[in-house]
Amino acid sequence: MLRRTAYSLLVLALASAATACGRPAPDQETAAKARGPITIWLSNNAQEVAWGRNMVAAWNRSHPGQHVTAQQIPAGKTSEEAISASIIAGTSACLVFNTAPASVPTFEKQNGLVALSDFPDGDSYIERRGGALTGQYASPDGKFRQLPWKSNPVMILYNKKIFEKAGLDPEHPRLATYSQFLETSRTLVHSGAAKAAIWPAPSSEFFQSWLDFYPAFAAQSGGKQLVEDGEPQFDSPAGRQVASFWRQLYAEKLAPQEAYPGDAVNDGKAAMATVGPWAVSAYKDSVDIGVAPVPTADGKSPEDTYSFSDEKSAAMFSACRNRATAWDLLKFATSAQQDGKFLEATGQMPMRENLTARYPDYFQRKPVYQAFARQAEHVVEVPNVPGSVDVWQAFRDEWTKSVVFGEEPTGTALRRASAKISKLLDEYGDPA
Amino acid sequence: MTNLRPTATATATATAGAAPGVRPQGEGAATRHGRARSRTGALFVTPYVLFLLVVFAVPMVYTLWISVHRFYFTAPGTDIDSPWVGLSNYRDVFTDPVVGRAFLNIAVFLVINVPLTVILALVLASALNAKIRFRAFFRAAYYLPYITASVALVAVWQFLFGTDGFVNNLLGAHAPDPSWLVNSHLAMPMIAVFVTWKQLGFFVMLYLAALQNVGKELYEAASVDGAGRVRQFFAVTVPGVRPATTLVLIYAIITGANLFSEPYLLTGGGGPDHASTSPVLLMYQKGIEQGHPDFAAALGVVLVGFVLLISLAARKISERGN
Repeated sequence: MLRRTAYSLLVLALASAATACGRPAPDQETAAKARGPITIWLSNNAQEVAWGRNMVAAWNRSHPGQHVTAQQIPAGKTSEEAISASIIAGTSACLVFNTAPASVPTFEKQNGLVALSDFPDGDSYIERRGGALTGQYASPDGKFRQLPWKSNPVMILYNKKIFEKAGLDPEHPRLATYSQFLETSRTLVHSGAAKAAIWPAPSSEFFQSWLDFYPAFAAQSGGKQLVEDGEPQFDSPAGRQVASFWRQLYAEKLAPQEAYPGDAVNDGKAAMATVGPWAVSAYKDSVDIGVAPVPTADGKSPEDTYSFSDEKSAAMFSACRNRATAWDLLKFATSAQQDGKFLEATGQMPMRENLTARYPDYFQRKPVYQAFARQAEHVVEVPNVPGSVDVWQAFRDEWTKSVVFGEEPTGTALRRASAKISKLLDEYGDPA
Repeated sequence: MTNLRPTATATATATAGAAPGVRPQGEGAATRHGRARSRTGALFVTPYVLFLLVVFAVPMVYTLWISVHRFYFTAPGTDIDSPWVGLSNYRDVFTDPVVGRAFLNIAVFLVINVPLTVILALVLASALNAKIRFRAFFRAAYYLPYITASVALVAVWQFLFGTDGFVNNLLGAHAPDPSWLVNSHLAMPMIAVFVTWKQLGFFVMLYLAALQNVGKELYEAASVDGAGRVRQFFAVTVPGVRPATTLVLIYAIITGANLFSEPYLLTGGGGPDHASTSPVLLMYQKGIEQGHPDFAAALGVVLVGFVLLISLAARKISERGN
């Protein structure tokens, strides 16, 4: 009797655990046509949340039978980890308006994404909205599983007050070439105006290269991605110049080797940062902001200078049971009208061509954003390749070893990273 | 337990005195009583057995299964192939230089942490066992870090040992460069010292409990024989708490080998350049961040074997001569 009870309890416990851990997937064909209430997730950026709430309220007013609930992405070390966990548990929201393109191959492999190209007007809507910018967001099979939504083109943001304190001209900072940037950095630090000239996170997380190496590489190489046509591109003169430049910043202690426990720019510890336009509103009360393009070895005009897009897409997840509603909402949220409202609320750039011509009033009123809008026309995305996270991790490991800590020559590190990434790409291309 | 003995003795006597084949009087009642006790005992044990099965045994078996298949986490209802790959994941684990570095880091950690823990905990427990002023205060003070969240303590250590931290300001030109927590030679020793300090209170408590069982008369006898305090410590205290030392050793090894929070928080995710990466942190990075649960599972199995081996070795060594 007791054994039977214990056995039953065990089965019950296991069944409960299994039920609690995973929710069955919806039938794809039924879900694609189904309409009804859905949930969407937004990032935890206050301005984005405010825009999202207003957008959802506008939708709900005109679609009473298809109620949308907006929530912030559940807390985690990164949004990507929280989303990945939700895919596995079958509890992800229908739409996530903060999907990193680098994570799309992983989500795709997990069968967590709905191919937007499968909607009758999927491809045409995405291509019409994003124009020439959209091509690099298609998966290797040619289908779109993300809608390129907004970018935060990375530029050099500097604190004018700190520049003044160091005796530098804040209106005409000498930051265009590597030698100018280094000279300005030395002045900033040696004068005592700031503890660091620039303070990107020196740690080993795979995504940290997006704010030190990648914008500089995009600028120096004239817009190359980390990987193109299945081949790593950074073991090249442009990659080596970028690595040497950053190595010098670390070697001369103009950029610290230890992560700052907070926001170094906000706290006045760093004079510059590599950031997107989101930072303008974030720093508006603490920093007198100036903006400059990412430096290159010999200097380039701003209109010829590429940078990293730091783009975030909107994606539909396979746990969604009312996908027809989700697709309609996605189009509603990325309409010209909502994009304008998003720009107004957040200062982040909708992924559309000719932003300054499309929203002239806004950029006239807020000239500090004009530079970011122009930069948004010359951006590079992370490569959409299988094993994207592994690829970036392999690069970052070599970067921290050589560039941040100087434990091996930068040229050797780039060569080694390139070989590792080639091997990874081969393995992912041929998993058997 | 004591009040059960007469019943057991009576049953034994009755059984011995009965003729073969004759059911002794009272045996049925005793058997029924035994069965009832057995059922009650099993009932009490069942929740924990279930807990062990669900939380430990099932995941362990599942981990073993994952480690010999090509496997990744997918959305529910996904029909994917998880082919048998034999020991391929284990080969990847053993040929990955970062894994080697992680186990080396743990070895460095254990070499510093375990002896330091045993020595400091025993010395402090002996001191706190003596009649000293503010004894309760000191006992609480040593226990406080153990019950404080790692996140809060890490912030304090970053304040102390950061590049512009309190310690470097004291050391001035003698401060290490790169600083403590980003120095590839110092990061792991710093973590070992941090964990020793954080967990010391718990081990002091274990030793304090053990010290209560060391007879006062042994110290008096040693004193009569002319032994001083130090001699008494080595001749009476150390052998007297040997079982506790075995426990402390094994517990320190197990918790040390499963290090995660400290390298995750204190040295920014196992940095610099994996100099403080631990196997468990690597399992998290590979399994969760990079989406390779099969590799992480194989690493987990290897880690379990590693911990078992060194725990057994530590037990053999500490109990030698018993």
